[in-house]
Amino acid sequence: MGKVDLSVRIAGLELKNPVLLASGTAGFGRELARAYDLGRLGGLVTKAVTPRPRAGNPPPRVIETPAGMLNAIGLANPGLEAFIADELPFLRACGCPVVVNIAGEDEAEFAALAARLDGLDGVSALEVNISCPNVRCGGLAFGVDPTSAGAAVAAVRRATRLPVIAKLSPNVTDIRSIARAVVAAGADAVSLINTLVGMVIDVRRRRPVLANLTGGLSGPAVRPVGVRMVWEVAASVGVPVIGLGGIISANDALEYLLAGAGAVMVGTGNFVDPTCALRVIAGLEQYLEAEGFAAVSELVGLARRAGAGAPPD
Amino acid sequence: MEAYPLAPVRAGVVSLTPAAPGHFWLTLEAPPVARGAGPGQFVHVRVSSGLDPLLRRPLSIAQSDPASGRLRLLVRVAGEGTARLAALRSGDRVDLVGPLGNGFPAPVLGPVLLAAGGVGVAPVLAAAAAVPATTVCVGARTASLLMALEELGAHGHRVLVATDDGSRGVRGPVTTVVERELDARPYSQLWACGPVPMLRAVQRLAGGRGLPAFISLEQYLACGFGACLGCAVEATRGGYLKVCHDGPVLAAGDVVLRGLAGEGVGRG
Repeated sequence: MGKVDLSVRIAGLELKNPVLLASGTAGFGRELARAYDLGRLGGLVTKAVTPRPRAGNPPPRVIETPAGMLNAIGLANPGLEAFIADELPFLRACGCPVVVNIAGEDEAEFAALAARLDGLDGVSALEVNISCPNVRCGGLAFGVDPTSAGAAVAAVRRATRLPVIAKLSPNVTDIRSIARAVVAAGADAVSLINTLVGMVIDVRRRRPVLANLTGGLSGPAVRPVGVRMVWEVAASVGVPVIGLGGIISANDALEYLLAGAGAVMVGTGNFVDPTCALRVIAGLEQYLEAEGFAAVSELVGLARRAGAGAPPD
Repeated sequence: MEAYPLAPVRAGVVSLTPAAPGHFWLTLEAPPVARGAGPGQFVHVRVSSGLDPLLRRPLSIAQSDPASGRLRLLVRVAGEGTARLAALRSGDRVDLVGPLGNGFPAPVLGPVLLAAGGVGVAPVLAAAAAVPATTVCVGARTASLLMALEELGAHGHRVLVATDDGSRGVRGPVTTVVERELDARPYSQLWACGPVPMLRAVQRLAGGRGLPAFISLEQYLACGFGACLGCAVEATRGGYLKVCHDGPVLAAGDVVLRGLAGEGVGRG
């Protein structure tokens, strides 16, 4: 224990390990703080914060799918000012870096969110939510088009000196073009993938289960899509890539790291096991020791180099 | 108090016993959960050590005994997840998180009428252990699906039965019996759990009499501990309540019974 180095540096943040909690799965930290000391995490990304409070979508909002689930929460959150007053104090003391996910309906909202959070104690970085597929306008439109994705990130970039992470949607023709656009607009890192749009139909009632009709698919079922997209994006941009989508074990995290991710996030895995992130961290450490690596940073993108790191048969 | 109450617990399977066709009692040994459980709370149970079924299943705690560390859950086999639970054997281990949720109110002042429909008898049984001797109305589609009647009687309660097909007790929905009982005797509260149509009837009965009523809800949910906001139910005052955290027991007048887990596809 303690022989290997799990620390990573992403977008100017020094993280003690490469495992963060994904936006939307850990609220504002209070619930999982009842499962373990959040200070053991590499970081935590908050639920998306919007300028004004949002109640969210009518139920049903979630439904299980094979090795996954759909969600159509609808960006329910208390709004920017309530977040700052009621949630940020707890997060400030939680023990790990906090990335605030921000979601705006237009560039002006993104800029206003960034400007308000800029310089606030407890906010280590911003994750720009251009990819949430559950919002009927704004979010979906931004994330699928390189021009609008770039414009949203540029608006955030102008408004803050905080590290800016752009969270990318997989519901696009070519994620590489979106990644290049947001990096050109000033993103310090990209995180991918957000959820894939899906649907479940209740054959007894003969209608979709979710009130929103569609929802975002997450969980192990999407992991191969996420790994493939990280592989593609890591080859396309020079900034760090944070990989997420279906990570519930250290093995899953390793796929992402080897594909080119400098860090990973655990999301739906938190529902399967509230202590999932801790098990991933421990598993990464065991792998490094067993495979003879001194630092997790050595693994980043290793699968991209032909022959490199291949174990003996 | 547990330092980390959401840390999963490895519970030992003590026994599975039949309760009714398609239903069984699952007795587990989980001292930290049994110690802290209040009536109306639930546990979130992992049904697979693999990836599918992925999510835990929420199950009401029907009985809990701090002294023995045992819990009793009532399981309706409704799909792949609960079918996996039905395959458990004594000595197996089950991964669960709990106790979770907001249960029935305490302390209890004045007589409480209890009402249960179908598998809703589970949290009502837990409530029955926590209130002075009273009347419990239990309903099911048919006599063979009535459950926990002996256990309810063992707490000293008077048990009134209704079946949709009249095979036992009063013919009709359990709320017929509830309404007669409310007319016959004074009650300070009504507590109920059962299918959504029953709960709507409870809302009407209680609302019409100005009687405080508390209902336990079942909803599609994911995390079970208040983080994901998946289990929302519409609040009458506007906005939403979380069934896993504000509930599963909620004041009947506070909630709009729409968009809840029902008879259609679910995780089962």
